[in-house]
Amino acid sequence: MSASLEKGVRVLKEVIDAPIASYFSSCVHCGLCAEACLFYTETGDPKYTPIHKLEPLRRVYEQEYTLLGRVAKWLHLSKPITDAELAEWQELVYNSCTLCGRCSLVCPVGNDIVYMVRKLREGMAISGHAPNGVIEATRRTVELGSPMGVKLHAVKAQMKHVEAETGIPIPLDVEGAEYMVQLSSMEIINFPEYLSAVARIMKQAGKTWTLCSTGFEATNAGIQIGVSDLARVIVSRIVEGAERLKVKCVISPECGHAYTAIRWEGPNLIGRPFTFQVKHILEVLDEFRAQGLIKTEGMETDRLSFHDPCQITRRGGVIQQQRNLMQMVAANFVEMPDAGKYNWCCGGGGGVSANEEADELRLSAFKRKKAQLEAVKPDRLVTACAVCRTTLEEGLEHYQMDLPVLGLTELIAEHLVESGDGDRKGA
Amino acid sequence: MNELQFLTWVRGPGLDIALGIFLLGVLWRLMEIYSLGRKKDLAAPRHAPGASGWHTILRRSLPPPGMVKRSPVSYIGGYIFHVGLAIIVFLFVPHIKLIEGLTGLSWPGLPSQVIDAVTVVTLAAMVVVLVDRINKPVKRYLSTFQDWFTWALTFLPVLTGYLAVKHLFLPYTTMLALHILSAELLLVFIPFTKLFHVFTVFGSRWYNGAINGHKGVPV
Ligand code: SF4
Ligand code: SF4
Repeated sequence: MSASLEKGVRVLKEVIDAPIASYFSSCVHCGLCAEACLFYTETGDPKYTPIHKLEPLRRVYEQEYTLLGRVAKWLHLSKPITDAELAEWQELVYNSCTLCGRCSLVCPVGNDIVYMVRKLREGMAISGHAPNGVIEATRRTVELGSPMGVKLHAVKAQMKHVEAETGIPIPLDVEGAEYMVQLSSMEIINFPEYLSAVARIMKQAGKTWTLCSTGFEATNAGIQIGVSDLARVIVSRIVEGAERLKVKCVISPECGHAYTAIRWEGPNLIGRPFTFQVKHILEVLDEFRAQGLIKTEGMETDRLSFHDPCQITRRGGVIQQQRNLMQMVAANFVEMPDAGKYNWCCGGGGGVSANEEADELRLSAFKRKKAQLEAVKPDRLVTACAVCRTTLEEGLEHYQMDLPVLGLTELIAEHLVESGDGDRKGA
Repeated sequence: MNELQFLTWVRGPGLDIALGIFLLGVLWRLMEIYSLGRKKDLAAPRHAPGASGWHTILRRSLPPPGMVKRSPVSYIGGYIFHVGLAIIVFLFVPHIKLIEGLTGLSWPGLPSQVIDAVTVVTLAAMVVVLVDRINKPVKRYLSTFQDWFTWALTFLPVLTGYLAVKHLFLPYTTMLALHILSAELLLVFIPFTKLFHVFTVFGSRWYNGAINGHKGVPV
């Protein structure tokens, strides 16, 4: 057994807990989880059945934690886990799983399958069976500060740009601000409208906020690849920044897994509860709306639909807020079939979009989104995750569908009632 | 050993052995699984109506939206044979008598004609789900020896019970002995096969509901 394999198996042994033991003991091989997974429904290939993706973890469970399995192992009746097996499973565990969690909603015996995929990735990554694209993104986040290699000067350049455009100063490292705003690399590079939208919204709501020079990046590839040690390093930057600036609340940007990383995994990674709150930007906007802190004018009149990012809705618990916000600015808001917690993944989450080996499969899986869109035929599609947004744009282009995709925060900002002193309406 | 001795053995020592393995097996397996525990979730919880382990225990008994259409045989066949088995095991008068003999607990049963009909429907549903397992690529792909074996373990007691009551094929005594033996085999294997889901289904649903309920998602 190679040293890396040994480490991998040890990690798999460590991650197995009572829920996982219960799940494996309950599975009746009914195959219903396959019907919930876009990688199966769009390819028809049974190897993409969610529970099958966990076979290495199940074998470790059986051999290490069950009486009969231990007896079989002792008598050399069971095959030990091999590097070849893990290499074979890499495709199933990374390329064909976006950690979307839809399978966990349908299993009749109640198995939380995505919970187990996340844990299996810990063992896969440590034994060297994770895809290069995701390994590289993680390395860049740890060494350079962001998965796309974005550094502070890029953020500063964008702050300048937004200040010139909006006439609103962008605060950096302001101690005692109420909110600390996070960005994702994707937003810094591809979607500068986000920062400008936040600046305008905060100004109208009359809230104090700041960016943090040591913790501006929200993206956490450590979560996607499944290396908790690295995920912890990345999360700690945000925690230290928030505690140094004594903010009340950290705002996770329009990025799905960043929210899971900081809101749900964060405290568990660092081993203690946070001293500040964490909210997704949609939660904050909906609170402002409910408190009457932001006023909008005018309505979009074309047909708009909303794509729920898995990590924000099904895996994050932000389910109603985006709907309230859409109603606020869209006169013709239509829901796709299965919208909300049953929404289908764009196909790019969980590191899949950073993984070139998965490109072809991801585009096949996109047929699910295509069918959902064809059912309601919107004129534009709104979402709240930069990774979803790029994945959607690529998929739409591949299938030659002409459908603009935009972020909900910027849509809200476009409708703000802005008055006088240097404000100008966004494009 | 003649028929009568065979029947006496399955009713006496056979039953004791089977019940012993079953009870110890169930206790062992439950301990083996749930004593592993889990880490406390340190993230601040979000509370939402309907999001808890208990809700999921109940909610998962109903098919999620769109699923019956995607896999009708699994749901319809599955419901029929699960409910059918429960009725046969717990509402057939001789079974209640047996349970009363073992535990002292008793409740009213159903008329035997009703049980007959339920049995026929249950057997038919089990054959249909077996054919579905053979036909559906996903089910066939997932199936291992255990899936076929546990199907037979569950099917045989129902079938032999029906044949015994109807005095078909073999003399009553032999068929009854075979029925009891097959039920004992079923008991022995429940803790050590996927049939153990009859116990862990509650724990699994609860964990799923609680873990996601912590985030405010009713699953
Ligand atoms: S749906 Fe649940 S019980 Fe059925 S095969 Fe998948 S994990 Fe197993
Ligand atoms: S989490 Fe999503 S992509 Fe992964 S196996 Fe489950 S349904 Fe498929």
